[in-house]
Amino acid sequence: MWNFIFRSVAQRLILLVIVSFMAHSFIHLAPGEPSEVDPMNPRMKPEDIAKIRAAFHLDDPLHVQYAYWIRDLASGELKSFKDSQPVLPKIWDRFLNSLPLFILATILVWTLAFPTGIYGAVHRGGLYDRSTVFFSYALISIPSFFLSYLVILGVVEWLGVPVISLKTFGMDQADPAYKIMDRVWHLVIPSVMSALAGIAVLSRYVRSQMLEVLSQDYVRTARAKGLEEDTVVYRHALGNALLPFVTMFGFLIPGLIGASVIFEQIFAWPGLGRLGYEAILARDFPVTMTLIFFTAVLTLLGTFISDVLYAVVDPRIRLE
Amino acid sequence: MNNSDTKNPNLQLGHDGGVVLEKQETPWEEFLRVFQSDKQAVAGFAVLMVLLVMALTGKVLTEWWIIFDPEVVRLPDKFLPPFSFVTEEIPKSDRPFGGLYLLGTDELGRDVFARMFQGVFVSLSVGFVAVGISLSVGITLGGIAGYYGQEKFDLKIVLFGILLGLLLLYVKWNFLGYSVIAMFLATWAFRISVDTFIMRFTDAMLCFPTFFLILAAVALLPPSIYTIMIIIGLTTWMGTTRFVRAEFLSLREQDFVTAAKALGLPESRIIFRHMVPNALAPVFVSATIGVASAILTESGLSFLGFGVPPPFATWGNILSDARGFIFDAPWVFFIPGVAIFVVVLAFNLVGEGLREALNPKLRSR
Repeated sequence: MWNFIFRSVAQRLILLVIVSFMAHSFIHLAPGEPSEVDPMNPRMKPEDIAKIRAAFHLDDPLHVQYAYWIRDLASGELKSFKDSQPVLPKIWDRFLNSLPLFILATILVWTLAFPTGIYGAVHRGGLYDRSTVFFSYALISIPSFFLSYLVILGVVEWLGVPVISLKTFGMDQADPAYKIMDRVWHLVIPSVMSALAGIAVLSRYVRSQMLEVLSQDYVRTARAKGLEEDTVVYRHALGNALLPFVTMFGFLIPGLIGASVIFEQIFAWPGLGRLGYEAILARDFPVTMTLIFFTAVLTLLGTFISDVLYAVVDPRIRLE
Repeated sequence: MNNSDTKNPNLQLGHDGGVVLEKQETPWEEFLRVFQSDKQAVAGFAVLMVLLVMALTGKVLTEWWIIFDPEVVRLPDKFLPPFSFVTEEIPKSDRPFGGLYLLGTDELGRDVFARMFQGVFVSLSVGFVAVGISLSVGITLGGIAGYYGQEKFDLKIVLFGILLGLLLLYVKWNFLGYSVIAMFLATWAFRISVDTFIMRFTDAMLCFPTFFLILAAVALLPPSIYTIMIIIGLTTWMGTTRFVRAEFLSLREQDFVTAAKALGLPESRIIFRHMVPNALAPVFVSATIGVASAILTESGLSFLGFGVPPPFATWGNILSDARGFIFDAPWVFFIPGVAIFVVVLAFNLVGEGLREALNPKLRSR
């Protein structure tokens, strides 16, 4: 077991180096530069631009810039181009803002996708199965912002609840109960919207995985020895079907953060995705690079945890 | 289960090895039978065929032989609902075909129908080109990783890598050049296999938030429809690589590949003529779904202001431009939204139908 853990940590450290290389080169290979953000500004004289470029090491070759980036990142002194604030606390603050959205969305995805997919697979070809498959395709086929706009209009129109941003402005004097309900409404709608696609995708995976397991020999054996159908499905098949999903946990993180760019823009949620969008608009290289790197690190952590969990629940992995 | 007898080859021989030889179903006929039994997929396929015709006629009628002009601005006629007729103030040359705005007009009095009609081709070509790029990268990398599998880097490949790096240094991409040289030398020094090399790179790519990466690249590069196609293509090949690698790993052990090797065929011919066609089934499925998600990605980029730039109308940018007028002109918002929904759904359903029809395990049930 320790051998396994050691090996996967080592693998991830190597990946981490590759990932940091890539995050750095992605941004710097594109031709746009921070000093080009505002070329028409008359107050930006050539010597100012030269000063800015020197301050951010923009004239050095890329491998030197990479070294500076890693050094500043490690010592926590990396500053944003835009407002000279340290990057790491900035990202961490926004991450904490986004965290409730991510957690609620993940909970929604995992609690709704499994029952939907399993029931569909057990009753393959039935009305329920066909309609959930159709609906899950429908859900991933709508442009997310189109659907979100419709939902916002509907909620505001019929329920009379404001849902944009973290909380309603000017509620400081309100009753605590109102305040909590307000926060809940503001949290639930964006989480549900960003969970929809995940539910649709994951429930189809669960369904096909379950179908696969149900056609295995040991399920036939279990049926042949006269077990009840429920026991066969829920005791013998279910566990084996669910096993691979332990490893999917880590790979859901980049999807969540990537999609949060759109959802946080729609719902004016001051989180990680919005920070990224603002940084890209301002050509704020340190924030953009570090954000991409941060996401990759989170993903590596997530995949590491799921790999270890997988090795705990499935002894075959450890022996390989 | 009724598929138990097809799993056992002996049983099956006894089953139809009798006197009556039934006409064997060809794989293509079997594929058609399974695909046609899926009503949703057939409906999706019909939608896609209509769409293809619309894309071509739209290209012709809005750009070459202009019957529907998407670019005419008619300010007096702005925000007209669908099926309204042109007003008297519009000069003869600017009137829409038949004097009718089939789908209404937008905030500049442009004909929404003409814009949608032009947008079919652009939206579809974004999807197809992006998927084309991602498939070629995916199949090549997956094929190499699966075929050469455990072989180590030999001197030939390392020399090639160093040459590539020097070329990059020559065009002043120093950082990339040094990294390429360092990577190839390190893989050679540590005796890393080709498979490990490619798959670790794929794993690293999978760690990045794809949409965010696309957004960053599109925003930093000069705005153009080709940039969007290329960037979407270059950030979505990882799934294909993994599929193709898995298929190749199992195909490599099969007799027909050994036979081809024994015949002395060149490796490129074994890979591309004999193995790739056999590995394509899952690729088809992911390609169909890939086109759908490329169209959605384009509309998401449009929403954030980095979509296909103005001279081209795409469904994505019509939709995102219209969100400011949801109350004044809901049709400009709903028409592209519903259109994208129907088309992407059609692609997804066809993909699902293909998956069922091409999967030997799910067949003949």
